[in-house]
Amino acid sequence: MADTHDQSGTPAGEQMSQQTLIRVIAKMTIPFILVFGCYVILHGELGPGGGFQGGVILAAAFILYGLVFGADELRRRIPPPIIDACMALGALLYAGVGLASVLRGGTFLDYGMLEPDHAGDGEALGMALVEYGVGITVCSVMVTIYLMISERRATVRRGEVR
Amino acid sequence: MSNPVLILDIFLLVLVAATAVAVISVRSLLSATILAGVYSLLMALVWTNMHALDVAFTEAAVGAGISTILLLGALVLTKRFAKSEPVLHTPALLVCVATGLVLIYGTFDMPPFGDPNAPIHTHRVPRLLDQTVGKHETAAPRDKGHPHEGHPDDDFNGHAPNTVTSLLAAYRGYDTMFETAVIFVAGVSLLLLLRRRREGELGVPESSSSERGEP
Repeated sequence: MADTHDQSGTPAGEQMSQQTLIRVIAKMTIPFILVFGCYVILHGELGPGGGFQGGVILAAAFILYGLVFGADELRRRIPPPIIDACMALGALLYAGVGLASVLRGGTFLDYGMLEPDHAGDGEALGMALVEYGVGITVCSVMVTIYLMISERRATVRRGEVR
Repeated sequence: MSNPVLILDIFLLVLVAATAVAVISVRSLLSATILAGVYSLLMALVWTNMHALDVAFTEAAVGAGISTILLLGALVLTKRFAKSEPVLHTPALLVCVATGLVLIYGTFDMPPFGDPNAPIHTHRVPRLLDQTVGKHETAAPRDKGHPHEGHPDDDFNGHAPNTVTSLLAAYRGYDTMFETAVIFVAGVSLLLLLRRRREGELGVPESSSSERGEP
């Protein structure tokens, strides 16, 4: 949001103090948003929420960072190759759990076969892993959407982080 | 009218309708974005009032959270005010009112909210709560007897505690997996369409960009 102040005509000093306030509040709240997002993903099979909601909350924390400190700073902190890899990693984790239950002798996504002696534990384990997969994919795709729509120039300058 | 839940519902729905009208009528795009977030937050309260916690959670996280932030991000790139357009478009209004009336007429066939004798509660929900739907009988040994007398080493007594998650992940496991695949494909398409090229790449022939799978 940093560049919107250019058009609004606020005095430089006031603009600076507003930005300081926004930065301090963002730095204070982002860790809590991250922890809450992880909590929602990790407790998906126990309470309300799950991979999708938790992934969105995690992405909101990253996007808030990008809005306050600039998308380039966000790209510097989390390199886009890692975000791209995470998009595929989550989907692979989901399908991998399904394949694992096939290899254990069950049908595709039959979580009970992950621990045949304790079917309930196997189900909880399978669902937890599946929720992590959904969360990772959703989070990285949302961050990607933000990075893509926040770009102004069509090209990357030489030496710039993409 | 003495039912407090009903009074709260009507109060919230009036606020929702007022917010929706405000979103349409306001010309400042920033105000419209924030009001759209307020609309989603109020809808989340309505869902909570109906005990649909997972729906409320999604509405709050997606509608009030990420949509607002993405719209704000898009707002940085565009102008601050919408173009003024004619307020009333009669054919569109007629279509909207007609569709709304048809939908309201459709609700007359539905059982009352929370009716324990509704078909869904007598036929489908008991099996879903037992979590026997969609399970392959012979695929895995299930714990016998009452859920709370399951295997002593089984922390979850044979099933995951959150019914909604177990429905989404087990009963509709394929559905959820391909939803994730759809999100993944959306991300990949964005990368292919919108990713910026490096300036040195602009003049070079197609062969160097084919590594990213472009035509």
